[in-house]
Amino acid sequence: MTRPVLTRRRFLTGATLASTATLSGCFDPLGDHDSSVRNVLETANSLTYRAQRLLLGSDDLAREYAESEIRQPQRPNGSTNPQDADYRSLAGENFATYRLKISGLVETPLEFSLDEIRAMPNRTQITRHDCVEGWSCIAKWTGVPLAALLRQAKPKPTARFVLFECFDTMENGFTGPIKYYESIDLRDALHPQTILAYGLNGEALPVSNGAPLRVRVERQLGYKMAKYIRSLVVIDDLSGHGGGNGGYWEDRGYEWFAGI
Amino acid sequence: MTTLTEAEASEEKLQKSAGTLIYRQRLATRLTHWLWAVSLFFMLLSGLQIFMARPDLYIGQQSGFGFDNTVLSIGARQVGGEMQGVTTLFGTSFDTTGWLGLVPQGDGVARKAFPGWLTVPGYRDLATGRVVHFFFAWMLVATLLVWLIASALNGHLRQLWPSGRDLKGLPRDLADHLRLHFVHDGRYNVLQKLSYVGVLFVALPLMILTGLTMSPGVVAKFPILLDLFGGRQSARTIHFVVMLALLLFFVVHVLMVVLAGPINELRSIVTGWYRTAPEKRR
Repeated sequence: MTRPVLTRRRFLTGATLASTATLSGCFDPLGDHDSSVRNVLETANSLTYRAQRLLLGSDDLAREYAESEIRQPQRPNGSTNPQDADYRSLAGENFATYRLKISGLVETPLEFSLDEIRAMPNRTQITRHDCVEGWSCIAKWTGVPLAALLRQAKPKPTARFVLFECFDTMENGFTGPIKYYESIDLRDALHPQTILAYGLNGEALPVSNGAPLRVRVERQLGYKMAKYIRSLVVIDDLSGHGGGNGGYWEDRGYEWFAGI
Repeated sequence: MTTLTEAEASEEKLQKSAGTLIYRQRLATRLTHWLWAVSLFFMLLSGLQIFMARPDLYIGQQSGFGFDNTVLSIGARQVGGEMQGVTTLFGTSFDTTGWLGLVPQGDGVARKAFPGWLTVPGYRDLATGRVVHFFFAWMLVATLLVWLIASALNGHLRQLWPSGRDLKGLPRDLADHLRLHFVHDGRYNVLQKLSYVGVLFVALPLMILTGLTMSPGVVAKFPILLDLFGGRQSARTIHFVVMLALLLFFVVHVLMVVLAGPINELRSIVTGWYRTAPEKRR
């Protein structure tokens, strides 16, 4: 790539203004996740969560669109082609030996093959995917309601969250690879539009969009909708998993409840 | 005829009281003014940080990747071996190197929509931008409610609301402003009333509603918001445009304070006390 060469006077004016702008950088310490000011500001997130939980009934559905609103392929984002060995070998045989494990605080830990999941009653919904970056994309998702799987596994009374463990490695940490993970509360997990999708726009879910299974949580932002799901764990506390904040992006400063 | 006599009488009264200190801004007005100043400042800079994650605006429900519904796009491109910041508005591209798209950073440049002094934090950090934005969003809404209740109770709202007579005097008030002739009688003139009412009852509610329309949770409860604004991406575009309108209000607001006598104006919004001045006859 050519090194940017900038000779314009306009650029110099911009640079001068920027270097004299005294406010620049004043609020950078807010980026420190442990700063006390940030902790105060983050209390607004729990207010948002409580407000939306108060406002939103269990059955308020995200808008579903007409076929004519599907005007483009679903935009792939985040991991789009995991290179993890276990995932590659599963993808190589079209996920024939894939087993979705459901464990944790359930009466009956279960395992499902993809064919078993496809044979269950499914739900198809044309919904709008809203990314935290700001863009939206409408697509048709087909999958099994998560509620149906959870009913079979029977969550224990102490169950509070469903944790999604994924195949894709996001980065290599000191203690080994850090894989994507996410979590939602049982209220969202049991919502009728929360499905484990295996179909996209009438075809099998492609690798770039999270094959074999990705969760749809239609009343939250895209990063909650984990792709490449390996297993589900029903838990009562988020702190024991990953960085302790309930998800890969949550460990990097994003709010756990992404309803806005 | 009656109106004329009334006007004469009130003018006479004003002449008598002119030049005296009056208690013009009540505590609730002053407090909410500064809470807004702080929250709008942070909302602007954190909002630009959020926008930087996807510096494009679209019309409709979704963002066009396979089709074109883009109205504004800020980016950078290679032009003849040289990087250039490019802003495209309704299909027309402008070279905005140094300001938008390709901006100064440290000793070099960065491919970012906005320079560091326009965002909180100054570097790219969407997560923190969102934390800051939503905190001050709550503060803004709370302030608006406090102001609305207090102003309805203490009569401030009645002072601000333009009357039919105010609107009839609009051409004259406009001419007065253009000649930089300001009346310092402690009352709001019609342009002031219209801009304050416009900000408080049009711009800020629009900002709040379009902001909420971007929330997948809120529109599950109130899908009518999606229809009202023509889709989530349209709402995002309107949110941006109203931000520009608020910015324009801020610039004119500060300009007016400077032109109308900054010390007196600032004193009244800090302490509440304002010195009226006799109207000069020409």
